[in-house]
Amino acid sequence: MSTAIQRPSDSIKPAVDKSGFKYRLIRDAKINKYVYLMLLPVVVYYVVFYYVPLYGLQIAFKDYSPGLGILHSDWVGLKHFKDFFGSHYFSRILRNTLLISFYDLLFTFPASIVLALLLNELRSAMLKRTVQTITYMPHFISIVVVSGMLVDFLARDGLVNNLLHAWFGVQPITFLQESGWFRFVFISSNIWQNIGWGSIIYLSAMAGIDPSLYEASRVDGASRLRQTFHITLPGIMPTVVILLILQIGNFMSVGADKILLLYNPTTYETADVIGTFVYRKGILESNFSYSAAVGLFNSLINFTLLLSANALSRRTSEHKLW
Amino acid sequence: MSRSRGEHLFDLLNSLLLILLSLITLYPFLFVLIASLSDPKWAIQTRGLIWYPKGFTLEAYRLVFQNPSIITGYLNTLLYVTLGTLLNILMTSFGAYALSRQQVMWKNPVMFLIVFTMFFNGGLIPTYLLIEDLGMADTRWALIIPAAMSAYNLIIMRTSFMSVPSSLEESAKLDGANDFTVLFRVILPLSMPVVAVMILFYGVAHWNSWFSALIYLRTRDLYPLQLILREILITSSTETMTTGVGGSDKMLFGETIKYATIIVATGPILLLYPFLQKYFVKGVMIGAIKG
Repeated sequence: MSTAIQRPSDSIKPAVDKSGFKYRLIRDAKINKYVYLMLLPVVVYYVVFYYVPLYGLQIAFKDYSPGLGILHSDWVGLKHFKDFFGSHYFSRILRNTLLISFYDLLFTFPASIVLALLLNELRSAMLKRTVQTITYMPHFISIVVVSGMLVDFLARDGLVNNLLHAWFGVQPITFLQESGWFRFVFISSNIWQNIGWGSIIYLSAMAGIDPSLYEASRVDGASRLRQTFHITLPGIMPTVVILLILQIGNFMSVGADKILLLYNPTTYETADVIGTFVYRKGILESNFSYSAAVGLFNSLINFTLLLSANALSRRTSEHKLW
Repeated sequence: MSRSRGEHLFDLLNSLLLILLSLITLYPFLFVLIASLSDPKWAIQTRGLIWYPKGFTLEAYRLVFQNPSIITGYLNTLLYVTLGTLLNILMTSFGAYALSRQQVMWKNPVMFLIVFTMFFNGGLIPTYLLIEDLGMADTRWALIIPAAMSAYNLIIMRTSFMSVPSSLEESAKLDGANDFTVLFRVILPLSMPVVAVMILFYGVAHWNSWFSALIYLRTRDLYPLQLILREILITSSTETMTTGVGGSDKMLFGETIKYATIIVATGPILLLYPFLQKYFVKGVMIGAIKG
């Protein structure tokens, strides 16, 4: 890394080894003293709130007791991991986490791309702007309010049941009390809340596509459908791949806080995921070491998935995160 | 350029589909707003879609604003949003400025240190124990200090700062300005759009945050609005909903109070939103360049 500053005046001063690491270090500290002063609180923040917890993760391999503290609690090796893999919760919460993530990837992720493509084809600029304004909005509503509205609308005598009964004669369904409905409710409300917001980034990628490509293809007589598949989609592909890698890197962290608001013991069978399990075991039951182990298991899978997705994309295409 | 009949049909269907999507997005809010303004007797009886309030009354809002939990929650949230966002902007500006300078030796290692946390971190439990150990649990600081900045927003701001021509910085430095002066007098005034985006992103995040409050706060007087909302909307304790209201009113206004509470809690965001839209779209786009 050559970040040493070369100024004309340097050549006048004699006899100092200007390429030396120590020299550059001191010089950098002198010139950038205020820059480092600004950086100090930022670095302190990240060290304290991100790297100290990383160090604290060792309790996953210990029997943490608040009296002894992180450092002095006894090592127990992989006991908590073995307990977790052997417990009857393991297959349930792993299955739920994987399925909810998979459905999210399968439905929510492409929904934004489809919306962006449809918005891109709209002829009326005013309609486009209106649809955008409206569909971006739910992104700014808190999960508590969205969940509260779901609880109300999906109640036995709520809006959804009333409409289903009036239009199709369907008998009332207690959506949030039946495990069979949970994933559907969760994923469809995710789409409702995020489809518009997710489309912004694709629309901006589309705006960056060279217009002459469209003109050339029009001269060649290509239809709009062909243009979509041969110009627009390839044009946004780098963005799609990057976002896909990022999403895969977060595969195991499904929106646990929304699940926490929507689930209840009757729906644990399909709704309980690793994130909510860690919350119950750790925060509610104070099983710190055990839940830290479960959390670490989750983070490790996420990180591995991220690295694999990035490596795979590197090998098969030009697009990569790093 | 003439269009085929198929294209016309597609344009029509496309427009209709997107209008339908907008209606599905908007209607839940509209329903809540209309129901909150309606006579509760009517609101309970009604089955299906409503398009205008029947038996217009502001009684539900009166009850909401009489509820001491909601008032303290609101004030607490305003405090967390203001203090939290101020700290966010300061920290993020410092970080973004330092990491966007061209000749800073430790820039890349620090950037790596920060970006790494986006992909791997200690997770819920070690962070929770840290906050407990720091003595921040059950204090207002627990909602402000641990959320002092976000790596994602730092990247957005840094990208924006990089686009300010370095000649401006150099000439300011020649005039004897130090880095603080450059940041506050040159870079920030030229980056007001991204500052607006940051205020919006951070502000909304603080306004909507509830999980930290759930795990760190025990004293009710410190609860932000979202935790009170959770009690009213989800755990549905009618006691929280109608503290200080007489018997029959409680039952009757139960539903419409819920709706009024939603409107009161999301109102500020929904009202500000259309004016701020162009800024945050810009923010997402800046983030997209170097996300």
